[in-house]
Amino acid sequence: MSTPHSSSNVHDRAQQALADDFLRKAVHFTTDRLRNKKQAVTGEFGNWEAWRERGQQIRQHTIAHLDYYLDQFARHLEAHGAHVHFAATGEEASYIVREIAAAKSAKRAVKSKSMVTEEIHLNHHLEEMGVQVVETDLGEYIIQLAGETPSHIIIPAIHKNREQIRDLFEAESGEQLTTETRDLAAFARRRLRQEYLTADIGITGCNFGIAETGSIALFTNEGNADLVMNMPKTHIVLMGMERVLPTMSDLEVFAHLLPKSATGQNVITYMSIVTGPRRDNEADGAEEMHVIILDNGRSRQLGDPDFQAILHCIRCGACLNVCPVYRQIGGHAYGSVYPGPIGAVLSPLLNDGETYQDLPYASSLCGACYEACPVKIPLHDMLVRERQRLVATGHVKPAEKAAFRAFRQVFGNAGRYQTTIRIARRLQFPLAHDGYIRAKIGPVAGWTTSRDFPALPKRTFRELWPELVRKGNGRG
Amino acid sequence: MKVSLFITCVVDSVFPNVGVSLTRILQECGCDVSFPPQQTCCGQPAFNSGYTDEARDVGMTLLRAFRDSDVVVSPSGSCVGMIHHYYPQLFANDPQLHQAAVDLANKTYEFSQFMVKQLQITDLGARFPHRVTYHPSCHGSRLLGVKDEPMQLLQGVHDIEIVELPYATDCCGFGGTFAVKMGEISGAMVDEKAENVARTDAEVLVGTDMGCLMNIGGRLRRTNRAVRVMHLAELLMEGMQLGKAVNA
Repeated sequence: MSTPHSSSNVHDRAQQALADDFLRKAVHFTTDRLRNKKQAVTGEFGNWEAWRERGQQIRQHTIAHLDYYLDQFARHLEAHGAHVHFAATGEEASYIVREIAAAKSAKRAVKSKSMVTEEIHLNHHLEEMGVQVVETDLGEYIIQLAGETPSHIIIPAIHKNREQIRDLFEAESGEQLTTETRDLAAFARRRLRQEYLTADIGITGCNFGIAETGSIALFTNEGNADLVMNMPKTHIVLMGMERVLPTMSDLEVFAHLLPKSATGQNVITYMSIVTGPRRDNEADGAEEMHVIILDNGRSRQLGDPDFQAILHCIRCGACLNVCPVYRQIGGHAYGSVYPGPIGAVLSPLLNDGETYQDLPYASSLCGACYEACPVKIPLHDMLVRERQRLVATGHVKPAEKAAFRAFRQVFGNAGRYQTTIRIARRLQFPLAHDGYIRAKIGPVAGWTTSRDFPALPKRTFRELWPELVRKGNGRG
Repeated sequence: MKVSLFITCVVDSVFPNVGVSLTRILQECGCDVSFPPQQTCCGQPAFNSGYTDEARDVGMTLLRAFRDSDVVVSPSGSCVGMIHHYYPQLFANDPQLHQAAVDLANKTYEFSQFMVKQLQITDLGARFPHRVTYHPSCHGSRLLGVKDEPMQLLQGVHDIEIVELPYATDCCGFGGTFAVKMGEISGAMVDEKAENVARTDAEVLVGTDMGCLMNIGGRLRRTNRAVRVMHLAELLMEGMQLGKAVNA
């Protein structure tokens, strides 16, 4: 993965991000705007909690009966003339796309924004076989030119400013450009239009697959998905297996929940629904349509009471916009395709817990993600459950284990606790000044590097208690 | 009313004055206050780090301490949230302990919640002529759902000037072991929180959870900002003393 932050653990990457004032300002600016707009729009819309409840119910029902709805979805797709492929792994999905590209002798592909294709590194696999891939979502196009990965699920280039974007566009075009939004967007539009016309394959993701009709619903603000799926002769859809909804009326609920949660937009600019390839009596559309339904670690969560609800996620990114950790370190510091709270939960799950083991700890468990989630996924609880698993499977440092064994010994009994406090009170003596400790030693250095720690006072509450109770009770 | 205090380990060992203030206020309100000494800690540091066995053994001290209590009141929304949301599942494997956990959850209240919802008191006759800003702690407000009660009590204080804290609901970066384990991220979070507190020009920062206040206070002190950090109970107690002195 080519990101500017490719160090191995979340501490190093976070350090790098924290030293990047520009990145932090950019993330603050954009997430502030998104969450303020969301708050305004949902407040105006009204009954937001009831909408969230409804969203949660629909997702719960769908995932609980996912086999049924996927089967219905696939049968309807095939009845409309689409080819349906089930891929167990990312490699398998990439292989299917490469086979299609080879059969079409494809040289060029255009893509609309899709996190699943990022998950399986599809661009890399296509480029390896000589197919040139161009991202058509403006944000994705910017980071493609920069040779980076998205740092936000919805706003992939959240970490770039207009000067950086102008420089990237100038290097690509050899033209002189200003930093005006109008000029930058005009360049991208000119440039991408040629790509649509010459591409052999159009690749899209899928916001929602509708089981009752066999339709693919795509949400964009630039209309690029419509061009991607209609201009080239072949349209390939890549979707996670959890992405289905039972009916069109369920889609209505998510047509409210998704844009309002993601960007604070009342409605999305383009909601496009495609049902099969071009029919004989139709003027446009791809001649051939392939839908690749990807598992890649998802089915492991099915039937697991601890984590099944992670499949309810609709990838709106609302949890990133309110996350105080994401706010400080941005997306690349997570080191995973999926950043923020959803990424911290999902990345270890999709990878069977063997990688991204430090991500579940990159959270203060403040619960802002849960409060923002349009389908009420208890992400903060899931992070704790992931930590429980890491403890249960021995993926923790011996020192930490010893510390909690000591915690159990001391705090498991009031007498031992009291004795320990008395000893600690004496031991802290050389460290405490003016009632505070600043020494950056041992495990407390994480705290004292940036803040003072209060020293233990002369008496605990329980030592003061006899006096309190003698004076006080029975006064009222 | 008979009330048992769950004082929390942080208040007991580091901020005893919060417990003293809480005791006096409840006594002033006519409660018969007790402190069952078997209690230590709710076990949250272990639970949140994934150590459930360790958390269970520590949580047992509370099940035992409050077995015979009618009502339990605590100066921490986070610790009460732990009891409410996680004790029933933590003790799910043993029917008797599970019942004890559910009983404890049903009779345990965070301080401001108890004052406003149970005692139905928002005006304690307190007087506090200072500029004050309030940080709502995440666990108390989001997970336990105690959102309005602290502010209702503050609004009942005479002569107080309450200023809104920018980004008030953003986490301060405490998060228990998070503050140590992810010290650099936590440090950046508390730095922003302390900046926001300073921007209000408040003389006093008030809150309902000493973990968060210890964190923000530690940063304010490190950056030489003369903001006094108080638990809501301390502010109310001091205000009641001043109120009495003025009226006497």
